[in-house]
Amino acid sequence: MLSKKASSLCHGEDSSYFHGWQKYDSDRYDKLTNPKGIIQMGLAENQLSFDLLESWLASNPDALVMKRPNGESAFTDLALFQDYHGSADFKNKLVNFMARIRENKVNFKPDNLVLTAGSTSANEILMFCLADPGEAFLLPTPYYAGFDRDLKWRTGAEIVPIHCSSSDGFKITMCALEEAYQRAKKLNLKVKGVLVTNPSNPLGTTLTRDELNHLITFSIAKNVHIVSDEIYSGTVFDSPSFVSITEAVMDRNLEHTDLWSRIHIVYSLSKDLGLPGFRVGMIYSNNKTVVSAATKMSSFGLVSSQTQFLLANMLSDMKFTDKYMKENKERLKKRKETLVSGLKLAGINYLESNAGLFCWVDMSHLLVSNTFDAEKELWEQIIEEAKLNISPGSSFHCTEPGWFRICFANMCAETIQVALKRLKDFSQSINSKKKAGSCSRQRRFLLGKWVSMLLPYDPEPDR
Amino acid sequence: MAIEIEQPSSVELSKVAVSETHGEDSPYFAGWKAYDEDPYQESNNPSGVIQMGLAENQVSFDLLEEYSEQHSEAFTWGKGAPGFRENALFQDYHGLQSFREAMASFMEQIRGGRAKFDSDRVVLTAGATAANELLTFILADPGDALLVPTPYYPGFDRDLRWRTGVKIVPIHCDSSNNFQITPQALEAAYKEAEAMNKKVRAVLITNPSNPLGATIQRSVLEEILDFVTHKNIHLVSDEIYSGSAFSSSEFISIAEILESRKYKNSERVHIVYSLSKDLGLPGFRVGTIYSYNDKVVTTARRMSSFTLISSQTQHLLASMLSNKKFTENYIKTNRERLRKRYEMIIQGLKNAGIECLKGNAGLFCWMNLSPLLEEQTREGELALWDSMLHEVKLNISPGSSCHCSEPGWFRVCFANMSEQTLEIALKRIHDFMQQRERQRKPISSQ
Repeated sequence: MLSKKASSLCHGEDSSYFHGWQKYDSDRYDKLTNPKGIIQMGLAENQLSFDLLESWLASNPDALVMKRPNGESAFTDLALFQDYHGSADFKNKLVNFMARIRENKVNFKPDNLVLTAGSTSANEILMFCLADPGEAFLLPTPYYAGFDRDLKWRTGAEIVPIHCSSSDGFKITMCALEEAYQRAKKLNLKVKGVLVTNPSNPLGTTLTRDELNHLITFSIAKNVHIVSDEIYSGTVFDSPSFVSITEAVMDRNLEHTDLWSRIHIVYSLSKDLGLPGFRVGMIYSNNKTVVSAATKMSSFGLVSSQTQFLLANMLSDMKFTDKYMKENKERLKKRKETLVSGLKLAGINYLESNAGLFCWVDMSHLLVSNTFDAEKELWEQIIEEAKLNISPGSSFHCTEPGWFRICFANMCAETIQVALKRLKDFSQSINSKKKAGSCSRQRRFLLGKWVSMLLPYDPEPDR
Repeated sequence: MAIEIEQPSSVELSKVAVSETHGEDSPYFAGWKAYDEDPYQESNNPSGVIQMGLAENQVSFDLLEEYSEQHSEAFTWGKGAPGFRENALFQDYHGLQSFREAMASFMEQIRGGRAKFDSDRVVLTAGATAANELLTFILADPGDALLVPTPYYPGFDRDLRWRTGVKIVPIHCDSSNNFQITPQALEAAYKEAEAMNKKVRAVLITNPSNPLGATIQRSVLEEILDFVTHKNIHLVSDEIYSGSAFSSSEFISIAEILESRKYKNSERVHIVYSLSKDLGLPGFRVGTIYSYNDKVVTTARRMSSFTLISSQTQHLLASMLSNKKFTENYIKTNRERLRKRYEMIIQGLKNAGIECLKGNAGLFCWMNLSPLLEEQTREGELALWDSMLHEVKLNISPGSSCHCSEPGWFRVCFANMSEQTLEIALKRIHDFMQQRERQRKPISSQ
């Protein structure tokens, strides 16, 4: 009775990524009412700097009650404003904000900016514009789990992963790009572009100049698009500094070539400003046809004019936004360092990172076997025993089992200490179990097969 | 032999991106452009184009403004803003519970309490534009068909077809019976789709109708429900103008019919609503799908991730719509003011010798200018539309852009301007008609 899309599982909500959330939902940690509950470390939210926003709001009540600087009410105008071009004032402030995040090394024109209800909508709109059903985009793994839904569900587009490995620090190599392209070809999929997240989710690292150059070279050679989701660009709290795809293209003097019209950036205020509920996303493109089509498509997900007005006001206070961005990054850096110290104490390795709201950690040494089944088991154990919800690498399509994404910015300082203690205790307990387990496995082996057949489980092969 | 040269830049975008199914090249939109270039303004541009092609409700803003002055807490998050961070973080696609409850209760109030709405069946979307597209994605596959009675809202061509790949097959209605939908017309449309090898998935009606400005009668709703049940297809009822019926009792919602049938076969029915017309808040992007089908509710919720309503706006409207004193007064006053406007324009048009379809809802009337056409064709209608736009300086919507099968009908909006502006528009029409009358009189009678 319903469409194929309605019946498909492409919304991705049956994946383990969401099951973890469900468990957490039924047993949430609360310092007072449920101190033994599950601590949520699977949510990439930025909760560290709300006090700064709250104090701005307290000093700028007019922006909230829709009053203009001259005291007149903007209510009626805003209530009627549904122009899909978006508020000119808001777009001016946004391109200015985006340029400052990039240290003014690039500048953006407001006419090339399309507003959408969140970057979820922006990414989907770009897919509708750039790919026909059945065509493919290459994405480096590991990648944000939501892309499976956002890029594929209603568009009918395909994702072909670019396999990145820990031996390269999960960096994108020319080899991996080419290999993915050939794999797509074998599957009879026409590749329309590459989509990268920079800074990366879940890695928490910015793309290096080499990686950006590989993407550019690849895009020229194959005549494909580059979509750069720069949603975390304002969270780069450490060196190396953020290099946007636009800057990399300009550094190679390619602004006046075909390539320029195949570069598209996605941005949002959900992570940098911590406002995911307000649904403020955007597409930036130098391609007039894409801007025109995307603008019309944004009709299906416009940003509330009430919210455009509030945030245009906030962003025009450059003194505030500069202070906010600086302070926010310092707090993120500090919080990340806290997490990293805790990981070290727990004997857990992690990928060195300089951005984002999470760390990419290596728990493969805690797996009973180098398999994704073992990773799932470990993840379940972490929820049940350590009472932590962290995200397993397989939900990000990582090719190596044992990696997890741990978020650090969605809780207060006290909670993260509780979480880190639990992690340390859990890690120690798993390690001792493993040692005990490997001893008993040796004893059973010596006893011979006929004894093991009486046991409730089959002995696992040694790693 | 032709030599094919690869045009890389033209093959790089999707078919959807370069298609014209967004429909923005139709006269419906061309009129807007003409208005944009020369907009009427009482003092600055008194001879400019008066916009009568925009179905906006501006007659009750004073009530909203009064509410906002008296209830600033709806716009903020309390002293010290403790509610701010929770609201700013809230992106749950279930939507704010308080808002869903307020919306369900508002929908009940509009229907005079004659139908019940369960807040757990309310799915929120950024506008009815998104709601209609989303439902189409859920109910139909690319290449399938929706049956839509003509004349219909021009935006449906984009909203239902563009990205979904679904076709619209018209259910032809005509003036012989006041454009009502008949079982014969339904059956004919169904057969037409079958002949084109298209699988029909749903009938989509707008009730009250845009552009007719009239509610659908109970007996017709019953027939439509019987038809979709018999064919085992869905029914989408876009009730976006439900609060704009001039009297509460004249609007009958499909929800009432379902209740009277004790919800038998209701899992095929879905209602679309929005605050853009009744409350005049199109900029806030507040739409909803109300479905009696559990799977549709679950799927629509998940899909609404692409089109969530700003939590800031949900917070404001939860406050406003749960204020029963405000909503009761608003609904009553708004209906009354729209009725008055309607009577004013009908009288004005009558004085100018123009007849309209008898209407009882909406922000527009359906005007019959077929006696003025040089030829009873689409071209004749567009020629007249062009004169209205460039000579009379009124932007009205030609029936052909609404896929009306009879030429000469026009939709004229009356709620998006002040009374003074409406007077001026009516005077221009009056003068235009008088001039045409003079031109028609044979010389010998002078």
